Amino acid sequence: MNHSLRTPLSRARGLGSAKHGVGHFIQQRATAIFLAVLLPWFALSVLLGTDGSYDSVVGWLKHPLNAAGTALLVLTGLFHMRLGMQVVIEDYITGAVARTVSLLANTAIPAILAVIAILSVAKVFVGA
Amino acid sequence: MAGPQAHDKRPLSPHLQVWRWHVTMATSIFHRASGVALYLGAMVLTAWVVALASGPAAYTDFMSFLMNPLCLVILFGITAAACYHLANGIRHLAWDAGKGFDPKVSTATGWATIIAGAVGAVLVFALAFLA
Repeated sequence: MNHSLRTPLSRARGLGSAKHGVGHFIQQRATAIFLAVLLPWFALSVLLGTDGSYDSVVGWLKHPLNAAGTALLVLTGLFHMRLGMQVVIEDYITGAVARTVSLLANTAIPAILAVIAILSVAKVFVGA
Repeated sequence: MAGPQAHDKRPLSPHLQVWRWHVTMATSIFHRASGVALYLGAMVLTAWVVALASGPAAYTDFMSFLMNPLCLVILFGITAAACYHLANGIRHLAWDAGKGFDPKVSTATGWATIIAGAVGAVLVFALAFLA
């Protein structure tokens, strides 16, 4: 009846050999789809909607949709970046200490960048 | 985490030193390399919004710093990496849907993503500096 080498419990859990299921794979693709829209929008909107000067860029970022889109780009991009770099670290860094330190840094750096960028966007948006 | 491979001295795939380079292999390697390069891009983008939030003087200083030749070369590289990673990312999404695996198609789309990266970066710089 059951010709698979997998146990029924393993199949029911659906987490596979890495014990993480397909969460990482799905998150990488889902963020990729949103970034494929957000990044071209951001680049074209800033390039065509401003002249690069302080006043024009601040004016652009004070629009609620532009501030929201920029914040979404930053958060989605940093999340996608962390997932991608995690795979690179797991593939190439084999020493236990170096790998653990790299993975911790790969969590800390996107988190720090996210907080700094979101606070900055918020400050410009509210006009402080 | 680190398994038995930690002290294994055998070469890792895809054996760069013995393989003849072909375009589908190159696009795969460039996808990783451009993704890693975009780590720097995320830092530049964050620095840009910090400069913007720090006022007109800080923003002007930051933008004039970006205009020195070395920074412009790095910025062009980041822009090309972003355009390439976007184009090849869409190719990967098509693969995830099971489309485009035919060798002729994947070779053609591979060249297309490389061209998209270069042309995209030139277009972005043209919009930024000529328009």
